[in-house]
Amino acid sequence: MAARLEPGDRVRVRADYPMGHIRTPVYVRGKEGVVTKVLGKFPNPEVLALGRDGKPEKVLYEVRFQQTELWPDYNGPESDALLMDIYEHWLSRV
Amino acid sequence: MRGSHDLGGLKAGPVDTAPHDPTFWEKQIDAMNMLLAQKGLRRTDENRRYVEMLGEDAYNTLTYYERWTAALARQLIDKGVLTQDEIDAKVAEVRTKLGEDAA
Repeated sequence: MAARLEPGDRVRVRADYPMGHIRTPVYVRGKEGVVTKVLGKFPNPEVLALGRDGKPEKVLYEVRFQQTELWPDYNGPESDALLMDIYEHWLSRV
Repeated sequence: MRGSHDLGGLKAGPVDTAPHDPTFWEKQIDAMNMLLAQKGLRRTDENRRYVEMLGEDAYNTLTYYERWTAALARQLIDKGVLTQDEIDAKVAEVRTKLGEDAA
């Protein structure tokens, strides 16, 4: 499976709340960021958590969020950012 | 819904960063985890899911390795490796032994 996204793409994290072991933190769901790196394909932790092999593997990206976008009461500089690894099935291009 | 692993952004007190030497039983649990992983009976992500299933009360009451132990016991029951009766019998046996040792 080729990566659907590339560095520079503006993306939104799915605002979804499925049951199970989910590694996409609640506080970024529904938020927008920018892809900074394609990290490669890895077994899907949501499937590994069920005791299975994690197939099909999912592409993992590094995504950059503005802290001011994540936290309404953020007092730091506008340039402060958070880099987070997020799997492709949680991201859509804006 | 916030799981015990997903508390980012919520109000929290100070984090205790004091170093802690693992006790002998904690090392035993760690070793048991490694052995079960070698046998394909344990995966890190699966263990996390079980720890998250403990529920807020148990999660906040148990220590780190106590959570691992509770999660591991449940996994081994779900996989048919152990039964709750076997675990209960062993716990009773160990309690008796410890009681005798103390006497």
